[in-house]
Amino acid sequence: MLEYRVEIALWAISGIIPFFMLNIWTKNNLNELINISDVMLSRYFLCAFFVRQFSVVWVVFSFEEDSLMGKVSPYLIQPLNPFFRYFAQHLAEQITRFPFALIIAFFFFIFNPKSLWIPNLSILFLSIVSTFLSFLIQFLIQSIVACLCFWTEKASSIERLLFIPTLFLSGLLAPVVSFPAYVKTWIYLTPFPYLIDFPANLLSGNKTNIIGGLSMQILWIFLLFPLFRKIWSEGTKKYTAMGS
Amino acid sequence: MVQNIIDVRNLSKSFYISSKEPGIKGTIKHFFRRKTKSLKVIKDISFEIKEGEIVGFLGANGAGKTTILKMLCGLIYPSEGSILVSGYLPFRRKENFLKNITLIMGQKQQLIWDLPPIESFYLNASIYDLDKFEAKKRIKKLSEMLEIDEELFIPVRKLSLGQRMKSELLAALIHEPNILFLDEPTLGLDINAQRNLRKFLQKYNKETNATICLTSHYMKDITSLCKRVICVHEGAISYDGKLDLLLKKLSPVKEILIVCRSEEDVIKLENSGFTVKNKIKNEITLKIENNSITSSLKTILNNFDIEDLFINEPPIDEVIGKVLIKKDYDIKFD
Repeated sequence: MLEYRVEIALWAISGIIPFFMLNIWTKNNLNELINISDVMLSRYFLCAFFVRQFSVVWVVFSFEEDSLMGKVSPYLIQPLNPFFRYFAQHLAEQITRFPFALIIAFFFFIFNPKSLWIPNLSILFLSIVSTFLSFLIQFLIQSIVACLCFWTEKASSIERLLFIPTLFLSGLLAPVVSFPAYVKTWIYLTPFPYLIDFPANLLSGNKTNIIGGLSMQILWIFLLFPLFRKIWSEGTKKYTAMGS
Repeated sequence: MVQNIIDVRNLSKSFYISSKEPGIKGTIKHFFRRKTKSLKVIKDISFEIKEGEIVGFLGANGAGKTTILKMLCGLIYPSEGSILVSGYLPFRRKENFLKNITLIMGQKQQLIWDLPPIESFYLNASIYDLDKFEAKKRIKKLSEMLEIDEELFIPVRKLSLGQRMKSELLAALIHEPNILFLDEPTLGLDINAQRNLRKFLQKYNKETNATICLTSHYMKDITSLCKRVICVHEGAISYDGKLDLLLKKLSPVKEILIVCRSEEDVIKLENSGFTVKNKIKNEITLKIENNSITSSLKTILNNFDIEDLFINEPPIDEVIGKVLIKKDYDIKFD
């Protein structure tokens, strides 16, 4: 069992990009350009780390491998969409990540005692909801891409293309507020800022439009879900059950 | 009257495949101008299967047996024709249809690799809407039938192939399906494990009247389980009927090895009108037609001084092999 515990700890540590970014921002006093204090910026990146831990999705890679190896076949003839299995796997892994994420947060506050804060219960609740909605959006986007396996066999290559805007526009590397105004207008029309930037701002106590953000998250889910259903239904007609 | 549970009419399936020449030139060519062609792997086949029947699908590698099974269980979409399984169109994968069937593919597993099989059983039980009490009852019943016990609590990756296959069967049968699609279920198993699996399938069929469609390259699986076989050759059905009729038709003679007390008797036998296969000292092998075997043996035993006698059936693999390699084999029975 030791190898599993180490693996889970490594997953948690692998998501520490926000801390590297925090270091770059504070070392270069970049926060002054966007009028955010050091403390609020630290909290933002800590929250970005938390949101990322509980919204990261890798279903495209799992489904691609299972599909190419023929492992999807037994799942397809069960009265449950195979994506529910992947969904459950993601949720289970999120639960196992939780204690490790807490340990990392503990050390973060030891090194940044000024950043310590306790969000009020309603904000905490809304942040959990928002993080879950962010997870749903990412899961749906990746599931749609994963279904392209039925046509291209290498859907993960398309996912890599999506990773670039996700990295830059989601708020993982920089809060979206730091982008020029005309770019921000366009960014807020995409699903990307609602993946990390919005829930992280909400949890860290930064100024944000809570109703607008949650509504956009729900809107994206309503747009993506029927698209997933359609592509799934068309894709399974193309399934050749190769490798089995 | 027993109902047809599977009804297949003029079924065809085509796949698009692309070919690539070797080397960098071939790769560049493949990238810009890919050559694809349509390959018809199942060609206009029709058959029916009755409830409770065990039917074996025979054919060489690539003949199309597995593709037929995949279409019957709704895994792949047919290109032409119609399939009705238990009154449903399989490719629509309706919940009630899926609750009625199972597919087991040798070497392909649905059990969760790092967890004990019991976890997968309870997961499957939830997927098929079984409550915990019912699931427990069925796991107990099936594990007794399959003779597995402690293995249920050991991680799948630590089980032997035979134990894993039994667990796979239990996972696939927990919802008590009426129709079983088995693709090479005994692949890779040792002789004892193969025999146990066959015994289990016979028992399951007898107890539940389940319909079983089976493909296997092990003739013992076919001969001990299936009364009816469907031979598939290059995507078309070359024979559909009783296995014993097929064997009789394909091997109309038996070989009889006779050990005589003297070489004189061997010479007398050689000149008595029987077809001789070979002769070594006081041993002679005769070829006798199945329908005259009793009378011929009576004649031999009454007129010659025989020390020993052996009747050899031609090996079934050899007989069936004839069907698998020959196109348009003339096997017509009424």
